Amino acid sequence: MYAVEMQHITKRFGHFTANHQVDFQVHEGEIHALIGENGAGKSTLMRILYGFYTPDAGQIYINGREVKIQKPSDAITLGVGMVHQHFMLIPPLTVTENIILGKEETNRLGILNLPLAAKQLTELSQTYRLHIDPSAKIEQVSIGFQQRIEILKILYRNAQIIILDEPTPILTPQEIDDLFKVLLQLKSEGKTIILITHKLSEVMTISNRITIMRHGKIVGTRETKSTTQTELARLMIGEEIGPPISKRPFIAHKDILIMEQVSAKGDRGVLAVRNVSLNVKEGEIIGIAGVEGNGQSELVQVIAGLRPFQVGEISIGSHSLSPTHGHQALAHIPEDRLRFGLILDFTLQENLILGRQQELRFRHYYFLQDSETRSYSSELIHSFDIRPEELSLPARNFSGGNQQKIVVARELSKNVPLIVASQPTRGLDIRAIDFIHNSLISERNKGKAILLVSSDLGEILKLSDRIAVMYEGEITKVFLTADTDEREIGMYMTGAKKKSA
Amino acid sequence: MQTLTKLGYNIAGPVLALIISFAIGGIFIAIIGKDPLAVYSQFFSDTLGNAYGIGQVLFKATPLIFTGLASAICFRAGLFNIGAEGQLIIGAFCIAFVGNVFGILPAIFLLPLCILAGFIGGACWGIIPGLLKATFGAHEVINTIMMNFIAAALVNYFVSNVFFVPATVHTPDIVPAAHLSRLDFFFESFHGAPVNLSLFIAIGAALLLHVYLWKTSLGYELRATGLNLNAARYAGIHVERHMIGTLTLGGGLAGLAGMNFVMGYKHYFELGFSEGAGFIGIAVALLARNNPIGIVLTSIFFGILQYGSLTINTIVPKELANILQAIVILCIIVLSKVIDRHMVRLQKQSVAAEVHA
Amino acid sequence: MLESILNIAFLAQSLRISIPYALPALGATFSERGGVVNIALEGILLISAFATTVGVFYTESVLVGILCGISAGILTALFHSIVSVTFKADQIVSGIGINLFALGITKFFCQLIFNSSSNSARIVGLEQWTFLPALPILGNPFLFCTLFLLLISHFTLFRTRFGLRLRAVGEHPEAADTLGISVDKMRHIGVLLSGAFTGLAGAWLALDQHSFTDGMAAGRGFIALAAMIIGKWTPIGAVAASLLFGFAESLSLVLQEQSNVAQLIQMIPYLLTMIILCGFIGRATAPAADGIPYEKESA
Repeated sequence: MYAVEMQHITKRFGHFTANHQVDFQVHEGEIHALIGENGAGKSTLMRILYGFYTPDAGQIYINGREVKIQKPSDAITLGVGMVHQHFMLIPPLTVTENIILGKEETNRLGILNLPLAAKQLTELSQTYRLHIDPSAKIEQVSIGFQQRIEILKILYRNAQIIILDEPTPILTPQEIDDLFKVLLQLKSEGKTIILITHKLSEVMTISNRITIMRHGKIVGTRETKSTTQTELARLMIGEEIGPPISKRPFIAHKDILIMEQVSAKGDRGVLAVRNVSLNVKEGEIIGIAGVEGNGQSELVQVIAGLRPFQVGEISIGSHSLSPTHGHQALAHIPEDRLRFGLILDFTLQENLILGRQQELRFRHYYFLQDSETRSYSSELIHSFDIRPEELSLPARNFSGGNQQKIVVARELSKNVPLIVASQPTRGLDIRAIDFIHNSLISERNKGKAILLVSSDLGEILKLSDRIAVMYEGEITKVFLTADTDEREIGMYMTGAKKKSA
Repeated sequence: MQTLTKLGYNIAGPVLALIISFAIGGIFIAIIGKDPLAVYSQFFSDTLGNAYGIGQVLFKATPLIFTGLASAICFRAGLFNIGAEGQLIIGAFCIAFVGNVFGILPAIFLLPLCILAGFIGGACWGIIPGLLKATFGAHEVINTIMMNFIAAALVNYFVSNVFFVPATVHTPDIVPAAHLSRLDFFFESFHGAPVNLSLFIAIGAALLLHVYLWKTSLGYELRATGLNLNAARYAGIHVERHMIGTLTLGGGLAGLAGMNFVMGYKHYFELGFSEGAGFIGIAVALLARNNPIGIVLTSIFFGILQYGSLTINTIVPKELANILQAIVILCIIVLSKVIDRHMVRLQKQSVAAEVHA
Repeated sequence: MLESILNIAFLAQSLRISIPYALPALGATFSERGGVVNIALEGILLISAFATTVGVFYTESVLVGILCGISAGILTALFHSIVSVTFKADQIVSGIGINLFALGITKFFCQLIFNSSSNSARIVGLEQWTFLPALPILGNPFLFCTLFLLLISHFTLFRTRFGLRLRAVGEHPEAADTLGISVDKMRHIGVLLSGAFTGLAGAWLALDQHSFTDGMAAGRGFIALAAMIIGKWTPIGAVAASLLFGFAESLSLVLQEQSNVAQLIQMIPYLLTMIILCGFIGRATAPAADGIPYEKESA
């Protein structure tokens, strides 16, 4: 008998099949890792188990009994709890209010008994050494604190089956250790834990069994002790791809992007970029490595002119920027393509001139030049292999990989010396990743200066000539890629090693 | 094929909304003990059955084209302009003022000046919420509502105390040089109907707006701003300028709606003349899915509703028009949601069919 | 002596004017805290005032009238919540549609029942119902009712399970959904409460005026909405802002007798609202999900 058994689960969103005939089993009292590439369907499967989505087909069994889970409250009743990748916390409410929401301590009139709830929470947090302040408001507490609240939310509901969706990328190594200790304690109490992740090293450390997903299907389940990272990686990726284009040695002389002592504020008004000095030369790729949320996004926004900076100097080519400068003529692949890089209701052709609509090539006085835009678009569609080749189809109807190709095609076709690529392959399949990597390398070989930001260290190591590590808004170290390795960079990424004073 | 289906659904929504509205209207007619079919047949024969009726319908439609465009262009930029009513009455008052005070000018100067006054009056009422939105992030919905009340209070003050004909609620007449000819001057069969040259100005404005939205780089930027503010900023579009500019243009267009009454019909400004044309413009724009050419057609439809309900006023209270218009609005927004969901389901089914094949 | 009476009269006048602002504003806090913008308040006021008039006209009973008003308010609000919560259509457009509908339907039936689309017959008012015969306005049961509802509203919103869930749904519906709370149900209740409160206000308008007149809401629904915003989406703030508006209007009535700028003074509440929206007098923050229909599985 399994604690959780899911049979023949299928789930579609419009054209996209997120889960196809998935069979998935978890033993009671184990830590079960669910791994796979971005978009493999892990989160969808777990959101189905949690009742947040209803499957189009398939059955679910909990402790051997067939159950219908149509909404989260069904799952909660069955003892299933989930920590979502994006926390489900309500910023203006207090910690206590957030935790008890949906399972409130009240009297018969429905009046809240907050002191009693706070007392219960304090006891619970002591049992699991998850330290919290019950009266704090969510908007005032750190990310690690918020995750502790999410876990307490589940324990407060006495869940026996606990799902954690990608809990670690936002945590520091210390916090990850603490989290794993809690998970082991929960396991020792007989609770069942499902951990979604794509970090293989973590999987090997903590899990008992591992299920691998690819393209919405299960490709295998393994006992952790009888498998290797190599095997897991092969199962996750599934296909061999050709070797990348080789980098042409490029003896660069000219600095294209120069940043001197730049500091800029983040959305919360505190400095998110501190004292950054960095030069990017023609014909080189500089990779910015770092745990997400250490100021990389803000740095890119500053360079692209989407965020003012408070101190320092920036110049691109020979042009120096003012602190509140506007939009810059650079090629910019933004980190969130759906929010920034595309207008989903615009057609393919309209999206291919986004940001270039004022170029004289595409307009005559105030009138758009349709025929010129059309031939330019057809050209890009061919050279970047965008499918389907329908100029009048809205961007919404393209797959994730093709959407990203639209952005990449448009940006790389600009005749500018600097390219800023932020998380250029996030959420894409291996083929699209490969295509984009090769495109970036060939631009480098043409002499473009490229700033690459990625939370995927493998990508950074593969593409970069030099690597700058960003930690808490600062560039703590710059390496030549040849002189370093994953382990050393990791130490700087987590702040274990810092800039020598 | 797919685009054909989509087009079908786009038309199905409005048509279904109209059918439902007339059906509910029929229920109201039946409630008061009248025969809905007889009432509706009189309704349509009086409006569309003769040139005079058509002339009346076009007269009613003219201001709705302007206010519909005023709403639509703002919707396209992602802005909700509920202020067309206020923009309209300020614009109309300005026309009446200029047409009277600058009466010594010859028609060739006075006509454009009056039209300009209407545009600028309305534009002033649009630019304020635009500026507040762009600089302080103040929500335009509340601000345009407030501007409506301020416009009403202000015009009320002027028409009661400063610029008025004693014992009336209207301003002095504009001079004949500022009149826009009625169409019966050119087409005898419209005889007696107040439809006038401002209809052609309205249609011209719709055509210009169509070109602006779809053929110019500024229109491209405006649509980008409305669809995805973040992406528009990323693309170097000055979204704040577009917000201010679009609300100003929308205000100006709503202000022009005053031409129809002031320059083409009564030749003075009167309190309450607009009969809510500013609000109905929102419905006109929605029904036309913010398409300028479609707005001309839906305005004519609303014109039929308004004039038609007047023709049957002896049998059924003319307020039936308000009820029908309201039901059209509610049906349209509900149906467009229902149809969108239905289309998603259809897509899913076709995908499922592909998977199984 | 004369002055103090004048002051009490003035105060009473201000309070009386505030009632039809305060009640809908209180109701709107429930609707908006749950995440539904309700600009249909204006139409709800109109319909419930009409329903009250008709109820009193036929039964001669003030109580029946009030019940008619509240029921009509809830029913009209139900329209809004079906359109905007069940069908997830645009909340603002739905509100505009309902306002237009209210304008038409009240005149339509006014014509049928009272043979005039602009005025009803005269109905009995609240004369028998005061606690203080000497000062009928201060002894007015509606005033006490408003005060009582204010306390209840504040307590409900911030101290009960219902209030916590309602606020959660207005701030972050997805989070509430993951905890098994029905977002749609909470939102429906919020909107219906706003209908009930506004219905009561409509009843007051009709009883206070002893009749229904065409368009008698006269923008009060919008002012109430503004009061709720100025009151930063809290019951106490909403009522305080309503009092402010009542005071301003009362002042304009006094000045009306002395000068001809009354119409200009009427602009004050609107101007004040716009200034406050700009953030000059403290930042007003709406519930994060206010006005946004909640749709999941839209991936």
